[in-house]
Amino acid sequence: MHMKEQRMMHGSIALAEGAITAGCRYYFGYPITPQNEIPEHLSARLPEVGGVFIQAESEIASINMLLGAAAAGARAMTSSSGPGISLMQEGLSYMAGSELPAVVVNITRLGPGLGGIAACQGDYWQATRGGGHGDYRLIVLAPNSVQEMHDLAIKAFELADQYRNPALILADAILGQMKEPVSFAEPKIKIPAKPWALTGAAGRSPQLIKSLYLADGEMEKHNWRMHEKYRRLQEKECLVEQDLEEHMDILLVSFGSCSRMVNSAVALARSQGYKVGHIRPISLFPFPEAAIRDVSQRVGKVLTVEMNTGQMWDDVRLSAYPGSQCRLMARPGGAIPAPKQILEEIKKFLKVGDLLAKSVR
Amino acid sequence: MQYYDVVLSGFGGQGILLAGDVLAQAAMLDGKHVTWMPSYGVEMRGGAASCTVVVSAERIGSPFADEPCCLFSMSKPSLFKFQDKVKKGGLLIVNTSFVDADLVTRKDVDKICFPASEIAYQEVGEYKMANMVMLGALIRAGAVMSLEKTEAAMREIFGGSKKKALPGMLKAVRCGYQYVDQESGVRIREL
Amino acid sequence: MQKVFARPATLLETGFHFCPGCHHGIVHRLLCEELDRLSLADRAVGVPGVGCGVFLYDYIGIDTCEAPHGRATAVATGIKRVLPQQFVFTYQGDGDLGAIGTAEVIHAANRGENITVIFVNNSVYGMTGGQMAPTTLLGQRTTTSPAGRDCQNDGYPLRLTEMLAPLEGVAFAARVSLHNPAHVKKARRALQQAFETQLEKRGFSFMEFISACPTNWRLTPQQSIAHMEEQMLSVFPLGIYKDTTAGVLQKEGESANAVL
Repeated sequence: MHMKEQRMMHGSIALAEGAITAGCRYYFGYPITPQNEIPEHLSARLPEVGGVFIQAESEIASINMLLGAAAAGARAMTSSSGPGISLMQEGLSYMAGSELPAVVVNITRLGPGLGGIAACQGDYWQATRGGGHGDYRLIVLAPNSVQEMHDLAIKAFELADQYRNPALILADAILGQMKEPVSFAEPKIKIPAKPWALTGAAGRSPQLIKSLYLADGEMEKHNWRMHEKYRRLQEKECLVEQDLEEHMDILLVSFGSCSRMVNSAVALARSQGYKVGHIRPISLFPFPEAAIRDVSQRVGKVLTVEMNTGQMWDDVRLSAYPGSQCRLMARPGGAIPAPKQILEEIKKFLKVGDLLAKSVR
Repeated sequence: MQYYDVVLSGFGGQGILLAGDVLAQAAMLDGKHVTWMPSYGVEMRGGAASCTVVVSAERIGSPFADEPCCLFSMSKPSLFKFQDKVKKGGLLIVNTSFVDADLVTRKDVDKICFPASEIAYQEVGEYKMANMVMLGALIRAGAVMSLEKTEAAMREIFGGSKKKALPGMLKAVRCGYQYVDQESGVRIREL
Repeated sequence: MQKVFARPATLLETGFHFCPGCHHGIVHRLLCEELDRLSLADRAVGVPGVGCGVFLYDYIGIDTCEAPHGRATAVATGIKRVLPQQFVFTYQGDGDLGAIGTAEVIHAANRGENITVIFVNNSVYGMTGGQMAPTTLLGQRTTTSPAGRDCQNDGYPLRLTEMLAPLEGVAFAARVSLHNPAHVKKARRALQQAFETQLEKRGFSFMEFISACPTNWRLTPQQSIAHMEEQMLSVFPLGIYKDTTAGVLQKEGESANAVL
């Protein structure tokens, strides 16, 4: 193992440090479990690097402060968990419509409602379908390790700026609370120029950031232009980890913390002679459709494992090669699929196919 | 040692998570892959504390231990909650200053049931060093980490303002380590 | 001959979309006069809320950021924290600020955000068609209080300036009216103070403009002026409610009307 300097660190702290490395100097947030380590850490760290931390009066205020900071051209971030992210959907829709880059972190918890604070992946739809009103997408990145909490925080800022679109990091309490060794990248961060930002109209014409388009045809044009952006994202920015073998009888698909249990299950299955592959979407939007289509064409059986009642399964089925058998292993409500249970599902699927498509334990 | 997972458990305030921190830090210094996963939230606020540390030569998948190699228990509820999960042939380390030894019902595991708090008091002068005595026993009996790497990790974790506690901590770990060698009766596996 | 009256340079040469007798145009003009006088046009960022004032950017030649309904003070907070040297103001109506955005304005004020809030109170939702606002007078008929606002059902007119002025983060708070030229001039003087409050980094400045909405009041512009004088000003007393340069918080009633 390489001996680059490593530090044992909480996922939440690694993410916060990644944001600082990315040049984020503004954070606005409201306390909610299980993500309080992020604001707590940044409240101390941001002033050290000349930044600003504001504990807002609500998540609604947080996201709109973020909107303002992004409009002024800064790299800025907020973080929350499910219920708070729900409150932010209005602001996210405005930011998407106004094409403002910023990073939002969702350390998810259980739901609907107040739910609970355990780890869960029930916010997949909310994250990947836009969440707020209107025809838009967020860039969604799903880390599965503390190192990726750090690295994808940086990546999220880069993609957000590059595409002028809010980016969301979808993680959960497992990733937020867990400690793992992290090595920090040399900071060679280049924040692109933002000629569109509002800085006062000195030496140029006044500029406007808005999402309101009332004239005939204006909004359709705007929607198609944003759609083109999402298409470019789909073409160029899919992030995926593939653990494949030459011959496979079954392909597993999982994301985020759940993929860690699947990694263990894959190792266990292979040790017992099963031919198993695993695709982990790292970007949930853009979703790695091509990778799943291509591999499912070779394999035929696709088992999605998720910590919800089946959300990413939609995207897997839309992506899978026509005729693939697509089965789901789902554990909502804070349950964590054990590697052995996943292996049982693999065996069952290999035996009976997808006649019983959903397996909810 | 290819793969070792341990559940450290007890009450909040006993330094359970800290003991896990030391083990994880040592594993990192040793060039191993390692995860440290705490229980958190409501349970923590109710007084129970536990964490799972996985140390592996390979990349780690699940940071949880469904069948841990070892349970490190400093409270009755944690013993009840976890002892049946320990892998057959695994290891149970129980602080009998808090838990009656006869509550340890497993017959198919190695057991180290010892009064870690009393030992800590006698040897270091502080009951609260029991977590480090337990940790010393864990690294030795579990053959999970060298004493040298564990001490190096402690020097990193207890630097700066926490340095005052370091000598006592180091001594406590050594006491636990030596207890396994000299008094526990369990077979010693080398690293 | 000396030119004594001209279009402020910052006020763009385009017609307002406002209804006849509406006072938004006057507020826009006053803002532009101040932006010009203090040479702020190239370092100002305006944040219009949602309502009739949202098209601020069509009329005032400065950088502008639309805010979601009610969130202008939060958006302005984000902008001002990134650009502390620039001049940042919000422009909000009574629905935007007094109903859906109450939490945001109170907390921006309480943080002492160094921004200026322009609050246009015409006691009714203008853009959406004349529904009841938090500032609607008791007995006032609106499209959602067809029998007149009833305190039993709808509560009472909310006095924002009185609520905000006591907060320690607030450096300047005034309520002015636009019902005649003399008051427009007084409004301008107060607006100057509000702008200077921000430029001197003294904290949150708040300007409430009592304004007419003849269309939704179902009155003529002249009748609207009378309505303001006879009905609104007794509910919303004019005055400088807070001015930290004056040393102490002036008591309500004592300062009201005595100053303006």
